[in-house]
Amino acid sequence: MLDKALHGGKTYWTLIIVLASIAGAGTLAYLYQFNNGLGVTGMSRDVSWGFYISQFTFLVGVAASAVMLVIPYYLHDYKKFGKIVILGEFLAVASVTMCMLFIFVDMGQPMRILNVILHPTPNSILFWDATVLNGYLFLNIVIGWTTLHAEKKQAPPPSWVKPLIYLSIPWAVSIHTVTAFLYAGIPGRHFWLTAIMAARFLASAFAGGPALLIILALILRKYTKFDPGREPIQAVGKIVTYAMCANVFFILLEVFTAFYSNIPGHMHSFEYLFVGIEGHGKLVPLMWISVIFAVISLIMLIPPKIRNKESNLIKACVLVFISLWIDKGFGLVIGGFVPNHFGTVTEYWPTLIETVITLGVWAIGFLTLTILYKVAISVREELGTVKSEY
Amino acid sequence: MSINRRKFLKIAGLTGLGLSLSARDFILMSPAEASGGHSLPSSGERLGMAIDVRKLTDADYARIADACHTVHNVPTLIPEKNNVKNEVKWIWTDTYNHTFPEQINDYHPEALRNKTFPLLCNHCDKPPCVRVCPTKATFRAKNGMIVQDPHRCIGCRFCMAGCPYGSRSFNWVDPRPYIPKRNPDFPTRTIGVVEKCTFCPERLARGQQPACVEVSNGAMIFGNLADSHSEIRNILSTHFTLRRKPTLGTMPSVFYIIGGEDYAG
Ligand code: SF4
Ligand code: SF4
Ligand code: SF4
Repeated sequence: MLDKALHGGKTYWTLIIVLASIAGAGTLAYLYQFNNGLGVTGMSRDVSWGFYISQFTFLVGVAASAVMLVIPYYLHDYKKFGKIVILGEFLAVASVTMCMLFIFVDMGQPMRILNVILHPTPNSILFWDATVLNGYLFLNIVIGWTTLHAEKKQAPPPSWVKPLIYLSIPWAVSIHTVTAFLYAGIPGRHFWLTAIMAARFLASAFAGGPALLIILALILRKYTKFDPGREPIQAVGKIVTYAMCANVFFILLEVFTAFYSNIPGHMHSFEYLFVGIEGHGKLVPLMWISVIFAVISLIMLIPPKIRNKESNLIKACVLVFISLWIDKGFGLVIGGFVPNHFGTVTEYWPTLIETVITLGVWAIGFLTLTILYKVAISVREELGTVKSEY
Repeated sequence: MSINRRKFLKIAGLTGLGLSLSARDFILMSPAEASGGHSLPSSGERLGMAIDVRKLTDADYARIADACHTVHNVPTLIPEKNNVKNEVKWIWTDTYNHTFPEQINDYHPEALRNKTFPLLCNHCDKPPCVRVCPTKATFRAKNGMIVQDPHRCIGCRFCMAGCPYGSRSFNWVDPRPYIPKRNPDFPTRTIGVVEKCTFCPERLARGQQPACVEVSNGAMIFGNLADSHSEIRNILSTHFTLRRKPTLGTMPSVFYIIGGEDYAG
């Protein structure tokens, strides 16, 4: 089936070339970082994780969100998702690929990456995270590819995939729970040391991932013959709405605990992120954009009247995605490091090199996604099933 | 924890905490093995340090940090040289409020508030850095030392996120050009690995005291917390001492004698 990726129109090839060039620039930037060390990034002794680990954290959520299509389709026999489940599974493949690349580019000694396997250390959450992420990547490649192959042959998927599909559901929950545990089990970082972290991660994942899916599906409809159908998109929109409500609710719970308890350590990171401390507030504008976007998106999502109009829904989804990207792909990780353990502030901002590497990884992810989507759509074009009947 | 201490120290000293160390047997979460735990260790060896800050001046601190950093080939990536971001340090000083942020009190004697305190790895009894390390590059030796194997470290910096004391430094840049005078008896580190105070196993193996202790004019006392007759136990049982951030349950092995009435005048 992969040969389908080699035959495409002008738009397809332009996209491929653009993404490949960004990926190439990212690779060159990475080689520079490889030779000169992580000192070329904005990270420091105090803020020892930055953009890479935040992107990783955010993308684990996007990957996990495939389950929001798998559950209705396979567990509740919600046929209307038939056309888009594969989009979710392939998005998961692309996202986990990016996650792994982000971990890789963040390592000080990347050539020793196998040490995680050679010296397995079950007490380290990172060990478990590597395990579940690899498993999830494997599951989604196998499930996505096999079901598409069966579809091509116009046969039902082989019976052995069913258990794998069911397995992928708790597995999706596990990748994000374990990723939350990376943070939530560390003593002394009050911003992260919260039992609701995993729940928050899942809520934001189930809002951000499906929001991206809606955006992608509508882009596909615009530029290809693919049509996800109106009803399925509205159904995903509902998922985004509920999950985004839960996510905002969870954040407000954190704010209450921090400020009503009045415990300094619990308040400091919030203060740094939203008002700044002692004149340090590089993230303040971004965090407020995140808040404002979240509020507007909820206003657009909650009343069905507004949400039912597709043009509104897509705008709301863009807002949700940006809001969550700032919150999780930036604020969450950096906020945990500021102020530092001595109560002083060292700020962080990504350098140009770091940004180019980050964009490069995203480009590789989207390249993977483009190719996988191209294959899926071509298969259906041949079968004449590219349009949803809903 | 099967490494025999003498053998371990010998290897650590000779090959520079090298590859030959196997930490595979360290089941770090086993409470039975983690000597000490929440009660006083009664047998074996449990290394610790008491620091009598009453006796230490800024000149002493400079000498102490210098002794440690010189003997351990710690690069001079220091704030004074505009290198805050890439800073590497094993022992340094900070104010009272930054050292004991859980014990801030605006009514403390001014002398205390203006005093500086030496900071180094606490060689915690329940070390979060060890708990989070995915490769066992950071592990706990039987005597309580928290050891770092720079040849195994993948540079993920999970341990830096995990350590609540800011004790760990990452080599953001190649440290070697920044070593003023290389000590041939101690290994240098490469780019991309984490390092910190080691409690000087290479010196203990030669029967010496840690470098900082040696030049502290008796203000720093190093010894075996498991031995109720040791000098350090004697000091601890006769002085009021503080540990950094005790509420986190890490059980630091570095104790501070801050004095009390001495500052009142
Ligand atoms: S002070 Fe930090 S680095 Fe040292 S043992 Fe404790 S947690 Fe680990
Ligand atoms: S940076 Fe090195 S020592 Fe620290 S957790 Fe990672 S592998 Fe372990
Ligand atoms: S014990 Fe050794 S390594 Fe630690 S600060 Fe003192 S001299 Fe440096």
